Amino acid sequence: MTSQSTVASALTPAAHDSAGSTVLTQLLYVTAGALLGIVFVKSEVLTWYRIQEMFRFQSAHMYLVIASALAVAAIGIQVIQRLGCRALGGEAIALKPKARTPWGARYWMGGTVFGLGWGLLGACPGPIFALIGAGATSMSVALVSAMAGTWLYGAMESRLPQ
Amino acid sequence: MMKLLQAPWPWYVAGPLIGLMVPALLLIGGKSFGISSNLRHACAALVPSGIPLFEYDWRREGGWNLLCALGIVIGGLLASSVLLPDGYTVAISPATERDLHVLGLHDLSGLMPQELMGWAALASRRGWLTLGLGGFLVGFGSRWAGGCTSGHAISGLATFQLPSLIAVIGFFAGGLLMTHLILPLLF
Repeated sequence: MTSQSTVASALTPAAHDSAGSTVLTQLLYVTAGALLGIVFVKSEVLTWYRIQEMFRFQSAHMYLVIASALAVAAIGIQVIQRLGCRALGGEAIALKPKARTPWGARYWMGGTVFGLGWGLLGACPGPIFALIGAGATSMSVALVSAMAGTWLYGAMESRLPQ
Repeated sequence: MMKLLQAPWPWYVAGPLIGLMVPALLLIGGKSFGISSNLRHACAALVPSGIPLFEYDWRREGGWNLLCALGIVIGGLLASSVLLPDGYTVAISPATERDLHVLGLHDLSGLMPQELMGWAALASRRGWLTLGLGGFLVGFGSRWAGGCTSGHAISGLATFQLPSLIAVIGFFAGGLLMTHLILPLLF
């Protein structure tokens, strides 16, 4: 995975000077995150209840949110590629494909483990951050647990099917 | 006006705004939307422990994403303090409400059930299961799968990647299994 990212950053030379970017782009990242956090709260997608409702097929809300997000993202990417847009710093925009593995084991096994956690915690990583900001400070326990999970995965990566 | 701001946003406002994150991050700095990577960056920053997955320059590779995560926290704070009414309750479907009562949850107010996920819940087994085990599986699974809802279900599917489709099927398989078979046993 490390070698992959090295290749990726070598492809976008302007993207990694000094700490990565100018103050403006750093502010833009914070702003984009803030807007996302607001949307997570206002659309209720960060609530445990909406995730339960989704997995019980008792409302279309989450499905429509995900489907429309997906559609807009796909159109956005198409537009960027057709117009040959460059990033603010002038870097070419290169999409890194996810690595194919023989049986896709990491995707379905890892995906299922993630899903078990999603069904239990009712929040994926983005909403964990938004909930902490929204005053649900006990979610910091979930954040530390998620870091522990990530760490343990890292420690046993070579022994898990990929 | 305040009332309008405090009402929940419908899917056709929220979904497209979330989707716009993907082209926005590409245009700002050629970055791919994916939030679970921050868990990896946090491990790399705090406890790399010589593990290959965490041995990289996290500031250079992940600085932008950590700033995004900081933004999400700020956004959550802003939205909850200004844009949510007092005594806020999510208007979930009556069927879900019934199911959650059957699971033994009584108070369905706020952003999450306090009986399950508040600080006080950490005195109970189900509190630790939810916040501890739930969080752990989210962290372990998202790194194994190489992404979470944002990286696979949105960025990955938007670029028609088969690995992401497989991962998303896994997400739902796991979620359905937990919701319908395991939760009733755990709680």
